[in-house]
Amino acid sequence: MNTTDTSAQKTEGGKASLLSHAARLFVRIGVLPLLMVVAVIVFTIMSDNFLSLDNLHSALRQNSYIIIATMAQFIVLLTGGFDLSVGAMTALVSVTTAMSMSSVAESNSPWSAVIVGILTGVAVGLGAGLTNAIGVAFLKINPFIMTLATSSIFAGLALKLTSGVPVYGMPAEFSDSFGFGDFLGVGVAVWIAALVAIGLWAFLRYARPGRHIYAVGSSPHAARLSGVSETKILILAYVAAGGLVAIGSILLTARIETGEANIGSSLPLQTIAAAVIGGVSLRGGAGRVLDAVLGAVFIGIIVNGMNLAQITSYYQMMVTGAVLAIAVVADRLRFRLADAVYAGRI
Amino acid sequence: MQSTTDRHVLRVRGLTKKYPGVTALDGVDFDLLAGEVHVLFGENGAGKSTLISLLSGAQHSDGGTIEVDGVPATLPSVAAARELGISAVFQEFSLAPSMTVADNLSMGTEPGRLGVVDRSSVKRIAKERLAQFGFDISPSRLVESLSRAEQQMVEIAKAFRPELSVLILDEPTASLTDHEAGRLFSLVEQAKAQGIGIVYITHRMAEIARLADRVTVLRDGKLVGTVPGSTSQDELIGLMTGREVEDLYPALPPPGTDPSLQVTDLTTFDFSVRDVSFEVRAGEIVGFAGLMGSGKSSAARACFGLERLSAGSITIDGEELAGRNASRFMRAGVVYLPSDRKKEGLFLNRPMRESVTLPWLRRSSMSNGPLMRLGRERATAADIMTRMKLSPPDPERPAASYSGGNQQKGLLGRALLGDCKVYIFDEPSVGVDVGARVTIYEQMVDLARRGNAVVIVSSELPEILHLCHRAYVFSQGVIAGELANDELTEEAVLRHMMQWDDVDRVQATKGHPDVDKHHSTTSTTEGTA
Repeated sequence: MNTTDTSAQKTEGGKASLLSHAARLFVRIGVLPLLMVVAVIVFTIMSDNFLSLDNLHSALRQNSYIIIATMAQFIVLLTGGFDLSVGAMTALVSVTTAMSMSSVAESNSPWSAVIVGILTGVAVGLGAGLTNAIGVAFLKINPFIMTLATSSIFAGLALKLTSGVPVYGMPAEFSDSFGFGDFLGVGVAVWIAALVAIGLWAFLRYARPGRHIYAVGSSPHAARLSGVSETKILILAYVAAGGLVAIGSILLTARIETGEANIGSSLPLQTIAAAVIGGVSLRGGAGRVLDAVLGAVFIGIIVNGMNLAQITSYYQMMVTGAVLAIAVVADRLRFRLADAVYAGRI
Repeated sequence: MQSTTDRHVLRVRGLTKKYPGVTALDGVDFDLLAGEVHVLFGENGAGKSTLISLLSGAQHSDGGTIEVDGVPATLPSVAAARELGISAVFQEFSLAPSMTVADNLSMGTEPGRLGVVDRSSVKRIAKERLAQFGFDISPSRLVESLSRAEQQMVEIAKAFRPELSVLILDEPTASLTDHEAGRLFSLVEQAKAQGIGIVYITHRMAEIARLADRVTVLRDGKLVGTVPGSTSQDELIGLMTGREVEDLYPALPPPGTDPSLQVTDLTTFDFSVRDVSFEVRAGEIVGFAGLMGSGKSSAARACFGLERLSAGSITIDGEELAGRNASRFMRAGVVYLPSDRKKEGLFLNRPMRESVTLPWLRRSSMSNGPLMRLGRERATAADIMTRMKLSPPDPERPAASYSGGNQQKGLLGRALLGDCKVYIFDEPSVGVDVGARVTIYEQMVDLARRGNAVVIVSSELPEILHLCHRAYVFSQGVIAGELANDELTEEAVLRHMMQWDDVDRVQATKGHPDVDKHHSTTSTTEGTA
């Protein structure tokens, strides 16, 4: 960071130096903080309820599963891939969790049913992730195509298992704790999203495989020549993504109190949009957990704000799309400016 | 030659091109007459490629003038050069692989009206062009289905436009079989007869003898002289090599005697290397010389587990490693610096620190179990970057933001951190300025002094001559010669590298069937540029 400061002295004159300061700030933090400030100001003006702790907390709680799914998407994006199956995976985990939980609950204690249900869901998520991993890492199928294919498979499987009918019969304890429960005044779902974020941050920063994920995404050839197994790292990334999607799906299932086969269809786009808006590179190898989380939080906040301002969901879709486009253009600008900053031109 | 007139189609005066740290072309004069084949001759890095990239409009000069047909020209772009009748055929083709031959030939000048392409005219024009050169290629074939030689034919047909007055050919026979080369030669003669001036880059003496009207020799970016095409080979080599030994190269320590890397009867799966055997001793620096596609790089990469093998043995200190992967070779104490730094070496969008330390993170100095010691890692990276004189020595700066020389110093630093036994450097000075070279050479010699085995794969002859105890010269996938001590002279290396196959080639073009079917498929496997 100190290199950016020393190059400031090269530019002269108040205006030029102000511009170059702005450019360097933009290179460092990206477009999201700017969008966030604009959104908060706009929605505070449009709705009295928006800027209250209660409202922001409930927005966070509602969106915790998207935040977690975005982190799953983020891991895969880091390797230079995509996961288009996060939505169908969410549906599949939801119905399998609900089915196993309700069947165990018929003859056992509620909490043992909850535990079995959660373990089932996580196992299904890891299995789904492993399916993607096998296609991408071993069969060398383009991630876009592989996860598009598995997306269809998982969605079909979820519908087959339930015949499209919601799965009821989960113990109330499940929803009361994971769906609506609080701990120290903060929603359990929010706690879990926060713990996942901290865990992922620590893993990527301190664990060697975390560093290898960045390396493979940045340059698979260079990683191979450095003795990193691309295959292993891709398996790790897709399986971990499956596991995280499962956690998000379980929280969502607790919230809606049923296992649903038709949820999550907008998640692939939402999670990619959130990560990109947060500043995660689609080129792979660059991005921070915090970027992905803030991107997802931002999308949650604008949807919440538009709901409060009674903007219809049709407009909401348009706004989300426009924000995504702006973020992509901003990402490219940031990339170019970064070059200019390091070349000493700014 | 009878068609040569005194009309200058090109007149270049004092042409200069500077890159950061190097002057690639220094006040060069060059003339091209109508109907002349003018060969550019010189070592890699002598400035040939720079000169043609300036003439074709691909790059811009930093000084000097270019006159086309007696009129001063600026050549701001390739398209502008084409307008003036200058077309270049580079080793990298400019064809769209998924389109047909006909589409490629009329690309950019599609016949038709109101934006609707006249398909039948496209086909007719393509047929006429191909017939004009006697190329037996169907206009409706897809370019990606053509052999490399056929693609070159299409590329040349594409370069021939009605207004063509200067044709630039950059090592056009490098990937051709002998039969195909023969067809290219008659094409060149045909172009001459039409009064087109031809700038022809080649390393092959036989082609000079056969085609050249005049030869311009470049050395270190400077003009050595322009001589008639009939000049003897020895004289040409003398002109090309007459450099004084620079202070660039440190004195070599005495070589060791214990073999460290031993390779026996190695054949790669793609036949880029066939039945080669060599060894490198501890404390010895061994050079791999050869043209692009000669197998020198494949042989080196095989010693790091990067080539699929079909036969042979590779041992490191007696341990058999043939068929193992790169990470296994690393554990055995081998480290390889790729020639393509950007693709295979660096993590461009990550901090330089990560490129430097990544292979060694497992070591206890930087890791505690699966967890990394970030402070130690940072200190290690900062320390080696300072020792390698990277500027700036800032570990957190993205690798992409460093210059070529500094990137290479970073990778060299990475290699040194490994504390290995065998160091393989593939084209260590490509794109590296002179200052950085000195640092890199010093470190290489120091490695040998401390008892390591060092392999240098290089297209730079001076590196082979001044930095190596011994050299293997590769030609067409086999070792054409092993040279040590007094035998290791520029002339000897060049003879093995070039003339050897040129004698065969000229004989073959006089009616022998293809003797070298592998050649056209293997020569693309080395990316030394």
